Amino acid sequence: MTQTLVVIGNGMVGHRLVEILRDSSWRIVVFGEESRPAYDRVALSSYVDTWSSADLELTPLTGCELRLGEKAVSVDRERRVVVGASGVEVEYDALVLATGSVPFVPPVPGRDLPGCHVYRTIDDLDEIRATVQAADRPGRHSGMVLGGGLLGLEAANALRGMGVSPHVVELAPRLMPIQVDEGGAGLLKRLVEKLDLTVHTGTSASSIERDGSRLIAKLANGLELDLDVVVFSAGIRPRTDLDLGLELGPRGGYLVDSACRTADPRVFAIGECAAVEGVAYGLVAPGYAMAEVVADQLSGGTRVFPGADVSTKLKLLGVDVASFGDAHAVTEGALEVVVNNAVAGTYSKLVVSDDARTLLGGVLVGDASAYPSLRPLVGKEVPAALLQPGGAVDVEMPADAQVCSCHAVTKQTITDAIQSGVACDVAELKACTKAGTGCGSCVPMLKKLLTDCGVEQSKALCEHFTYSRAELFEIVRATRITTFSALVEKHGTGRGCDICKPAVASILASLNNGHILGEAQASLQDTNDRFLANLQRNGTYSVVPRIPGGEITPEKLIVIGEVARDFGLYTKITGGQRIDLFGATVDQLPQIWRRLVDAGFESGHAYGKALRTVKSCVGTTWCRYGVQDSVGLAIELELRYRGLRSPHKLKSAVSGCARECAEARGKDFGVIATENGWNLYVGGNGGFTPRHADLLVSDVDTETLIKIIDRFLMFYIRTADRLQRTSAWLEGLDGGLDHLREVVVDDKLGICDELEAAMAAHVSDYADEWRGVLEDPAKLARFTSFVNAPGTPDPTISFRAERGQRVPVQLGIPEVVR
Amino acid sequence: MTVVCDFEVLRPEQGVAALLPDGSQVAVFLTADGSLHALDNIDPFSGAAVLSRGIVGDRGGVPVVVSPVYKQAFELATGKCLDEPSVSVAVHQVRVRDGVVELP
Repeated sequence: MTQTLVVIGNGMVGHRLVEILRDSSWRIVVFGEESRPAYDRVALSSYVDTWSSADLELTPLTGCELRLGEKAVSVDRERRVVVGASGVEVEYDALVLATGSVPFVPPVPGRDLPGCHVYRTIDDLDEIRATVQAADRPGRHSGMVLGGGLLGLEAANALRGMGVSPHVVELAPRLMPIQVDEGGAGLLKRLVEKLDLTVHTGTSASSIERDGSRLIAKLANGLELDLDVVVFSAGIRPRTDLDLGLELGPRGGYLVDSACRTADPRVFAIGECAAVEGVAYGLVAPGYAMAEVVADQLSGGTRVFPGADVSTKLKLLGVDVASFGDAHAVTEGALEVVVNNAVAGTYSKLVVSDDARTLLGGVLVGDASAYPSLRPLVGKEVPAALLQPGGAVDVEMPADAQVCSCHAVTKQTITDAIQSGVACDVAELKACTKAGTGCGSCVPMLKKLLTDCGVEQSKALCEHFTYSRAELFEIVRATRITTFSALVEKHGTGRGCDICKPAVASILASLNNGHILGEAQASLQDTNDRFLANLQRNGTYSVVPRIPGGEITPEKLIVIGEVARDFGLYTKITGGQRIDLFGATVDQLPQIWRRLVDAGFESGHAYGKALRTVKSCVGTTWCRYGVQDSVGLAIELELRYRGLRSPHKLKSAVSGCARECAEARGKDFGVIATENGWNLYVGGNGGFTPRHADLLVSDVDTETLIKIIDRFLMFYIRTADRLQRTSAWLEGLDGGLDHLREVVVDDKLGICDELEAAMAAHVSDYADEWRGVLEDPAKLARFTSFVNAPGTPDPTISFRAERGQRVPVQLGIPEVVR
Repeated sequence: MTVVCDFEVLRPEQGVAALLPDGSQVAVFLTADGSLHALDNIDPFSGAAVLSRGIVGDRGGVPVVVSPVYKQAFELATGKCLDEPSVSVAVHQVRVRDGVVELP
């Protein structure tokens, strides 16, 4: 008979447990107090970027009964029944408590005043935002965060995102006292104070009072702060208000053994509400490990909690912070090796055993790139090179070292997967070992292990070139070669093929080498580029006139209708806010373009590896909610980047407010209006592998926005592989989004001027490609079905009627079984 | 005998289509080494008359044209499909006489 598992709590850890067990024989019932689906609480502060809770939601749960908005109010362990707030009773065979934690609010007088909040849930953030919006202070608002630990700095970041200047008050003498030592914390304080934070350490709030619309906080050190909002973020406590009559750990939390089982063998506890052998953990990775343990136990296994690695690497307010192992050198006789570079803004400390042979732990602030190499070495022999100032961190790792701490994957497991041929790249490693699917900080290490195992990640474009597309781009740029034949002769072999010819054609076009049907280039183009239209299954083409931003006059709409009618073209509205006209023969294409050009159109790139469209919502001109002119910007962007040849197609959109009606976050570059300017998102994708775009910069003005898009696009065009969309490119970029930001925003490589100049050249050299054909008799002559019978229609093309339009008669396929 | 066009109309590594009196179609290619090839213009995988619009190149040194529809490669000299050995397209004689390309 099916057994029932009841999970109380729908946070990240409860969600993970259900995900693991959803294909098992258990019937699963989940009680969740919050009415929304499970979300990524670790990324809570990013909610402020979009105010869209959907962006934080975890994969929706399937195969379970999800009782959202139903708090479990009691458990009768005798009858094995959980009672919900609505009175519903669910019997269980096994019960898992995943109730999480509650914010700790220090007993400060005034802590319950309106305007005082905790920082734990999406609802908390909505309430903080409401307080901030109601404040009537001119200029920037002022806030206080009580707590200067990891959570406190996250909360301060969220406040900044709402236009509040935060004061951070920490009782300990330094920021992040649990993870970071004094030296690291000193640098951290200096770096975050540049970001409009004011840090008060070694003190606390002694009272909070209301004064009209303001809050006045008095600090123990005598300071008085004039505030609009107060946020308590001084740590968490295991949430055990659901009383099962079970023993609690010494510092709270349901006491469980190493199998995460309470004294009642049918009841388990996992995550922040559990005290595993007396110890409670406030991080998600140990919680996930507990979920794995319980899932295994419920499936008849015998796994136990291996003890948690509480190492952390995170980016707080744009500052890298990492802490691992014995970060505070509490091991007897431990030695510290400190490199504190105040000029570069980096701090690193390694803690080693008294004989300097074993790595015990460390702290990194400002630059944590060494973390993935160092953390697995904790407890292992420390390479001598590491102890030199600026020592290499490229060190050999022992086989049993843990590479992925989120999923407890060792180097051995990864190298086994590589050497057995199961995994040949990072994506396959993720799929078969789960390494890299948690926080992702070990992905660079996965790449390195692939290389170390001799997996040559072949970058050769095709049999004719051993170079990658990015390398060929640099060759063409440096040598100023302008023809394929010269390139293949000097840098390749053979005559080329349908892979390298279009790729090189695209590179030549990106570097402004004239019309894509020029004498030397025409034979390189894929059929769509060669005929400047989209090939359809019966050998005819479709024409998609450019309608920048989707804005069109009635007169132009009428022209499109007349052209479609006169040439008998099947007509359909596209997903990119354009109109597609199908069924044109090669001979008809120039005639159609002539009509369009005469009416002030150009045809559009609905094909080829180039900018497609920039979609828009109607924006502030008409919309009651719009905050910027999204249509105007979309038109400007589409006209600026039209014709730009790139490694793959490029799509874009501009939304006039955070409601995001233009779906900009599904685009390669998407822009969303804010009250202060524009947010730019990059690397989004719909299609086969959907991906939401990542926020690159926020609240920039139009000029800055365009400058950064120019740089972003040119950097992508230079460095991406063939047919690699921006989403895959960004996923594979070493250093990811942070690196991209360093390159195209901070100009770390010093190439931004060059990237901008390249885009400026594209913009000034752009010419209507279709008009270019009409004006050149040699090019025009290629647009004929039969070279020996110009004007004779292709006898294989015929049409029938469907819903009042012409559609192709299928051409006897499949003639060949494929 | 069908006249295709003047030889100088052809461009290296590109094709053109010619209509035969019986209504069938032939794709004529000029390769970079100056040789001429002629194949049926109809792509057997899609049924569309498009092989003349394919990209011309080589696979392992064998001159091919790649169908623009589903990208199968056909050997220019034999019409054999390199991706699906059971499939091939007919090969036609082609010659140049007095600067004119002809299908005898």
